[in-house]
Amino acid sequence: MSEQSGPVTFLRFVPQSLRSWRSAGIVLPFSVLFIVLSISSSSFLNTTNLINILDQQSAILIIAAAGTLVLVTGGIDLSVGATYALASCVSAQYAETHAVWLAVIIGVVLGLLVGIVNGVVISYLKINPLIATLAMSFVIGGLGSKYTKGNLIILTQKPSYGDIAQTIWLGVPTSVWIMVVMVILLGILLTRTVIGRYMIAAGGNAQAARLAGIQVNRVRIIAFGLSGAAAAVAGIIDASRVLSASAALGSTLAFTVLAGIVVGGTSIAGGDGSVWYTVIGVLFIAMIGNGFDLLGIDPLYYQITLGLILLVAVSVDAYGRTHRV
Amino acid sequence: MIRLVGISKSFGGLAALSDVSLTIKAGEIHSLVGENGAGKSTLGKIISGILPADSGSLLLGDEEVSFNSPRDALARGIVTIAQELSIVPALTVAENVLLGDEPRSRGFIKRRQLRKEFIELANRVGFKFSPDTIAGRLSIADQQKVEILRALSRNASVIIMDEPTAALSRIESQALHKVIRSLAAEGKTVILISHFLSEVLSLSNTITVLRDGHLIKTLPADEATEESLIEFMLGRTLGALYPIKVPPKYNSPPIMFVNNLSAPGVSNAWLSLRAGEILGIAGLVGSGRTELARAIYQDTKHSHGTITVNGRKLLGNSPRSALDQSVVLIPESRKDSGLLLGRSIQENTTLSHLTSLSKMGWILRSRESRITERALELVKVKSVGIKQKVSNLSGGNQQKVLFARMLLCNPRVLIADEPTRGVDVGSKRAIYDLLTDLAQDGLGIIVISSDLEEVLGLAHRVVVMRQGRIVAELTGRAMNEQAVLEAAFAEQI
Repeated sequence: MSEQSGPVTFLRFVPQSLRSWRSAGIVLPFSVLFIVLSISSSSFLNTTNLINILDQQSAILIIAAAGTLVLVTGGIDLSVGATYALASCVSAQYAETHAVWLAVIIGVVLGLLVGIVNGVVISYLKINPLIATLAMSFVIGGLGSKYTKGNLIILTQKPSYGDIAQTIWLGVPTSVWIMVVMVILLGILLTRTVIGRYMIAAGGNAQAARLAGIQVNRVRIIAFGLSGAAAAVAGIIDASRVLSASAALGSTLAFTVLAGIVVGGTSIAGGDGSVWYTVIGVLFIAMIGNGFDLLGIDPLYYQITLGLILLVAVSVDAYGRTHRV
Repeated sequence: MIRLVGISKSFGGLAALSDVSLTIKAGEIHSLVGENGAGKSTLGKIISGILPADSGSLLLGDEEVSFNSPRDALARGIVTIAQELSIVPALTVAENVLLGDEPRSRGFIKRRQLRKEFIELANRVGFKFSPDTIAGRLSIADQQKVEILRALSRNASVIIMDEPTAALSRIESQALHKVIRSLAAEGKTVILISHFLSEVLSLSNTITVLRDGHLIKTLPADEATEESLIEFMLGRTLGALYPIKVPPKYNSPPIMFVNNLSAPGVSNAWLSLRAGEILGIAGLVGSGRTELARAIYQDTKHSHGTITVNGRKLLGNSPRSALDQSVVLIPESRKDSGLLLGRSIQENTTLSHLTSLSKMGWILRSRESRITERALELVKVKSVGIKQKVSNLSGGNQQKVLFARMLLCNPRVLIADEPTRGVDVGSKRAIYDLLTDLAQDGLGIIVISSDLEEVLGLAHRVVVMRQGRIVAELTGRAMNEQAVLEAAFAEQI
């Protein structure tokens, strides 16, 4: 960090992890798509559309940012969809009769607990994270249905719950502000803090991390806890945006999130990744969807395109790993 | 007959073989010997098509061949039995032997014929196996026999064995020796790669000595002795390899006691270590050396016993607590359990020390790089920059990064498990100097190594382990190769 020349000084503000070639892998297509959409559709490049995209994606971005940390530690969290639904239902139901701020806290704490349980089960019972969180998603999903008795929770008599995500500040809704703050916090957590460094170590080589004195189990539990809490925040934001909550929501959320993370370039093998990449990955996918809408292309092709992009992203990751010098 | 002409091979700029020319006659047992890293395994891998040579040619009879895969070599009757066995544990012995070559019709395996073929083969070689035994339940020696049978079922004429007896007991080794002799009697060519010189001398017809990738000498086995082989292998006197030993001061205090420690792979170990002392732990692979180190480092749970460091009992049950109490370990395999290969030199160096380089969990970057530079200077790592990936460093420098990491934790006791494995000869000396210097600074040091000369060349005192127990403690003149080997093998002789 002692370099002082012009362009290098600028680079100081770019996260270290963004300077490698892999980031170019997603930044380039992202930029190209952005420019293409700006030219081909008159309604793409305007503030309302862009803010709309961010508003719609805020929940996914929050979960994906925390999910990046889980992937970096060598885990995977498939239970985020169920946690998202349960937390939004519990929080919304509670808000019907109690203060909104308390309802938010209860929802977030619930998500955190689910995440910690995930982490404990995975670390101490040594169960494969894929299976453990898949099982957990059934358990949580079931609890959600039981709790709501399969009904939609409607918050029309409590419009103040909508203020959580719908308050406009500087022309931008709070859903986006909350997302921005959380993404920045989680991004910094990964790149600049001790726990972030430990996450990278635990995911890169758990045995080495342990022998270097890192409590790998604790690190994993923190990552899963953050993922659960993030899923809950996302659930609350979405419940606030539409003033309703349902246990049936979020069933495909885990995969949407995972797609964003992987397209962003975070390694599914663990030990490497960046929240900043993930944001670009999620927005890239969202932009494709938005573009298809604006250009009036059959939405059927959207899924096919998404699948192909995912394959390309994973191939790039695999290539990068096998051809590492 | 196999002829190698001018074979060279290098890995990332480090020459593993340079210009090796060698003739292996049909029907002989030809041994390749040399120190770790001399290139014997690489040579074996080139003959069996696992690695391509950079230059030179390989001739079978008079025909030049080029193998791109083990499959190509197999087609010409060359089979390797590697150190890591490749049986499928869940399948039966017969299924393993004929794996990929099963008698079949329309996609179904003819089980009866499979068993018949297997029994014929086993009888021919004289192995007594039930075809239906599950291979995973066999001993290592028997699994090795399964591999040999597999090789023979493919009509192998050349069998390359890489350290076949390294994991075997004495009796199992003798059984395997018999098999090797009978293979040769049948006219098969056996290329044997082994560390055990007595084994090499008793089995081989011809011995080839390699050193630092060069072929030093090929000679008939009956003209060789253990001494002459060692001389060829080392090419120098032992003394020059190691720094001068400075014994700990007569009044230097004991720094660590291990009292009756039992842990997985270790039973009832007693050990003491003084400040300034280098204690060597010798023993065969699997004798409990690494397990003892891991137990002292609190990586495994103790079932019994205590460890005291500086008079205080070592508490906790994770490497973190050992580190906090000034006991550090440099693990045996730096790639598997030491380094984060994809990360920078700096991140690898400071990994164990981050809490002191941070404020409220926030890493102080300038302090981190300053401390990294200083630590690397201390261990004399030559690198272009601390932000480089650690995988760009040579083996010796990677090892030094691990030393730097552990030295940042202010250790009183340093355990180095195989500190020079896979390190080139020049860097070895640098690591020996480092260990000696640290001892003189008052650290208590434990060096574990499979390289007996290394243990004897560095340590002030040696303990020998066998089957999880410390079976001998040797000092002064009693500290010699003969005594160590006797103790290491005692029960089996």
